[in-house]
Amino acid sequence: MNELSRILLFMLSCVLSHNFIFARFLGCCSFLGVSSKVETAAGMGLAVTFVMGLASLFTWVVYHGVLVPLGLEYLSTLSFVLLIASLVQLVEMYIKKSSPSLYKSLGIYLPLITTNCAVLGVAILNVNNDYNLLYAVLNGVFGALGFLLAIVLMAGVRERLEVADIPKPLRGFPISLIIAGLMSVAFMGFSGLGG
Amino acid sequence: MNWLPVFLAFGVIGALGTLCGVMLTAADKKFAVQSDERWQQVRQALGGANCGACGYSGCNAYAEAIVAGKARIYACPSANTEAIAAAMGMQLESPIPMKAYVRCQGNRGNTKERYIYDGYQSCVTAATMAGGPKMCCYACLGLGDCEKVCPFGAISIQNGVAVVDEFRCVGCGNCARYCPRHAIELKPAASKVYVKCNNGTLGRTTRAHCIKSCIGCGACAKKCPQQAIEIKNGHAVVDYSRCDDCLACLSVCPSWCIVTEQDWR
Repeated sequence: MNELSRILLFMLSCVLSHNFIFARFLGCCSFLGVSSKVETAAGMGLAVTFVMGLASLFTWVVYHGVLVPLGLEYLSTLSFVLLIASLVQLVEMYIKKSSPSLYKSLGIYLPLITTNCAVLGVAILNVNNDYNLLYAVLNGVFGALGFLLAIVLMAGVRERLEVADIPKPLRGFPISLIIAGLMSVAFMGFSGLGG
Repeated sequence: MNWLPVFLAFGVIGALGTLCGVMLTAADKKFAVQSDERWQQVRQALGGANCGACGYSGCNAYAEAIVAGKARIYACPSANTEAIAAAMGMQLESPIPMKAYVRCQGNRGNTKERYIYDGYQSCVTAATMAGGPKMCCYACLGLGDCEKVCPFGAISIQNGVAVVDEFRCVGCGNCARYCPRHAIELKPAASKVYVKCNNGTLGRTTRAHCIKSCIGCGACAKKCPQQAIEIKNGHAVVDYSRCDDCLACLSVCPSWCIVTEQDWR
């Protein structure tokens, strides 16, 4: 297999078989919290894509540029949290200044991503799997696109649930959790795809 | 003991933190955005929980809409409304307490059934079936859509017509929004006059459908000393801002449509 097809397969596996929500179970809080409308879900997904791409780039640089040479790998989680939090803040300020319309459409989701475990998850996964810089950034961007896919699908289902006649004890979160479980089972069908 | 790794860890994390801090401070200065002073004041007066009850995507968006004059200032249940009004240079309204009432007396004794409805028990559905199961196609359908949406349990269906319990009603207007016949309306809680008919037709047709229906004769309008009653869309409508509760209209109504609370209970 040449390098290009390996990269393409890696992207596909990030989106489908190693989906952050359905296979790795990361970022479930925002997945359930912001999936009541397709529009807001897509906004959240795009914001996560943006932040995860940047976060995997910066955390890789800090890990391999600072922590590994000094033998401080055990501080990775602490420094990643620090980096991600300030990165999100910085991005928020920059967007607020440069593009108020984008800032408005992302709204409250941008600061919420600071505490999204998928962002810290991608940083730690990159380190654990010994990815190089290209693979780390691809993992971040395409993993987040998987998150976008999952949250938009979920929002579509939940919009239909609004008008469905659901038994009373299952209304609201119970039925959402059942559906999330069923979707996870469906995504298991992709396992093995792309290695 | 070798202290070097301890100091190294301390130094690296400290340096990283300081770097991030300095960077953020610089960015804050560089990317500072001029914002409206009133926005700050309004934002501080709001709850800050980003709950979305106002219908905007968060407290920031709602504050912006207030400052832009696009939103009313009463949408946030947890806000300090006085502070918002002060910031915006507005006067606080003191809302008149309202109660819902059902503009229909078409219960089983008063109106006949056109057909026997045995479908899904919802007014919205029944209203689409050949003008509804009651002879009068303006009548309360009595299947309880309003009862289901009332958050305070103030509505019950009695003998085929919805009845509002005024002690429980807070005047939120949910029922009025959901009624497919628009047969529920809000009126000032203090007023005693109720027009209990919503019919849109005049005279004999109306009377053939329901014995307690407004025929649009206008006797009440002529009698009213305040000129507060008008015949609109085939039935009497009270302008409660003029009505002074003299109850002169009650005695002249030939079809027992204008009543006080005691009469129809």
